[in-house]
Amino acid sequence: MSTLPASASTHSSLRWAVSDVLTIARRNLMSLLRIPVAIVFMIIQPIMFVILFRYVFGGVIAIPGFSYVNYLIPGILVQTTIFGSVGTAIGLAEDLQKGLIERFRALPMARLAVLAGRTISDLFRNVIVLVIITGVGFLVGFRPGGTVVSYLQACLVMLIFAYCLSWGFAFIGLAAPNSEAAQAITFPIIFPLTFASAIFVPLAKLPSWLQPFAHDQPISQTAIAVRGLMDGTPHGQSTWISLAWAVGAILVLAPLAVNRYRKVA
Amino acid sequence: MSDYAVEASNIVRTFSGGDVRALDGVSLQVPTGQVFGLLGPNGSGKTTMVRILATILSPTSGSATVAGFDVVKQPNQVRRHIGLAGQNATVDENLTGFENLRMIGLLNHLNKAYVVAKSRQLLDDFGLADAANRITKTYSGGMRRRLDLAAALVADPPILFLDEPTTGLDPQSRQDLWGIIERLVEGGTTVLLTTQYLDEADRLAKQLVVLDHGKIIAEGTSAQLKAQMGTTVLVLSFATTDDAARVQPLIADLSDKPANVEGTIIEMTVDNGPAVTADALRRIDAADIALSGLALREPSLDDVFLNLTGHKAEEPTVEDAMPSGRRQKRKAHA
Repeated sequence: MSTLPASASTHSSLRWAVSDVLTIARRNLMSLLRIPVAIVFMIIQPIMFVILFRYVFGGVIAIPGFSYVNYLIPGILVQTTIFGSVGTAIGLAEDLQKGLIERFRALPMARLAVLAGRTISDLFRNVIVLVIITGVGFLVGFRPGGTVVSYLQACLVMLIFAYCLSWGFAFIGLAAPNSEAAQAITFPIIFPLTFASAIFVPLAKLPSWLQPFAHDQPISQTAIAVRGLMDGTPHGQSTWISLAWAVGAILVLAPLAVNRYRKVA
Repeated sequence: MSDYAVEASNIVRTFSGGDVRALDGVSLQVPTGQVFGLLGPNGSGKTTMVRILATILSPTSGSATVAGFDVVKQPNQVRRHIGLAGQNATVDENLTGFENLRMIGLLNHLNKAYVVAKSRQLLDDFGLADAANRITKTYSGGMRRRLDLAAALVADPPILFLDEPTTGLDPQSRQDLWGIIERLVEGGTTVLLTTQYLDEADRLAKQLVVLDHGKIIAEGTSAQLKAQMGTTVLVLSFATTDDAARVQPLIADLSDKPANVEGTIIEMTVDNGPAVTADALRRIDAADIALSGLALREPSLDDVFLNLTGHKAEEPTVEDAMPSGRRQKRKAHA
């Protein structure tokens, strides 16, 4: 049936692996753009949080020496990027459920590409959401004290953190029976970590028994690091702790996810 | 390539820590350039076999080569020689037909310009040119299967695995798909096809194996299998179950296959439909029993299973699904 000769490949396997990752990432983003509702929901949720905490709860949360909106927005951004990385679990569970992964596994493509492509497209999606929610923040009075460079450093810290975490969600997505279950499994992991944290309220306002956990857990450390950088008063220690958590997470979670991908039936 | 595009030897695959034996020692040899049929009901192990040959699943034991490469030791070489389409391996429904084919082509590591041209050509060949830029979600069932098949063909694989390619399709779409498969084989492609439909296997496959509970229970050409199971099914229905039960022994010797009573209906696979029908009618008439219905039909997969295994295709086990009288009857004929 073919009339054209297939051109011989001269690329090295590494170049093909990169090409495979980009092909998958591109497909995920194209697929995302085709569901406008999904994009709207992706942005609506953080906007609701901004409005809720800025105008409803904000009045009763006093931060000494800080306007609440400047405290809140960095936290919301961290929360949003982490929620965004949950999308990795849902996306992979859907691909698995629908039979796309079955097809990919019979192709001579790089094994890692389905997972790497998915996490990278979710990273890209997080960048877009970050830009939009930053804009929303400015609209409601967010005025960070730091420089543009320190703001970008803050974005980098939370994107790295969310990216590394998404490998754990990749594992959950491949282990879950369907996308609804994948989402349900992530909820009890993410919810306590984002709310018992320094994202919305100052840690001093939390019950004393909760404070050690709420202070030391990785999402709080990331929020403290991001807030410090955005404000121009970086917390070097929290920044390094956040990055250490991120590196540790990807070193443990990526092999788990890859192993799961190999075995998934 | 050797004479056999696919060779599998004693493949066993268990699930749930060994509790479920999906495949229990399956060996087969698929000659190059033919359609080879894997016939069996749901749960017989067909899909598991295809997944092992397509390197998606590894066998618990046994070995297999595809295009001369070992499916466990050389999976990437195998993947370069196969295309897979079927109920469990689908396309992205948020992409257009063209985007799907291009993606699969690129993931097969083919040159970009070639992939674009090949995708357009396949969409043309399969009557999808008009729908090329539509999102796959909007495709009909038949269009979707044609796109599935096209996606398996982007890389021009010499060996094609089709897992129930027409299940759930309307008759016209089935015919279309059969035509495409036949043209592919004329072009030299080897096709391993799984199906639940006897007519599909009969129409397309030169050689067949019949799977049941993970084991091959029959193999040969379609003609050999048909000869083995008779060519026609005689269906007699009566007003009461009593009448049916009285007639059964009267006509049982008209075929070497069992006459099965189900309520008020007797079904019997026969080799010479018209002659046997005439004989049966004379005997029923002589016994002064009234017939309320009569039909001759082509044997179905159910009939094949009934004749080969003594149980119907959809029955989970032989023993607990059958009344004791029928069980003995069938064993006597087995």
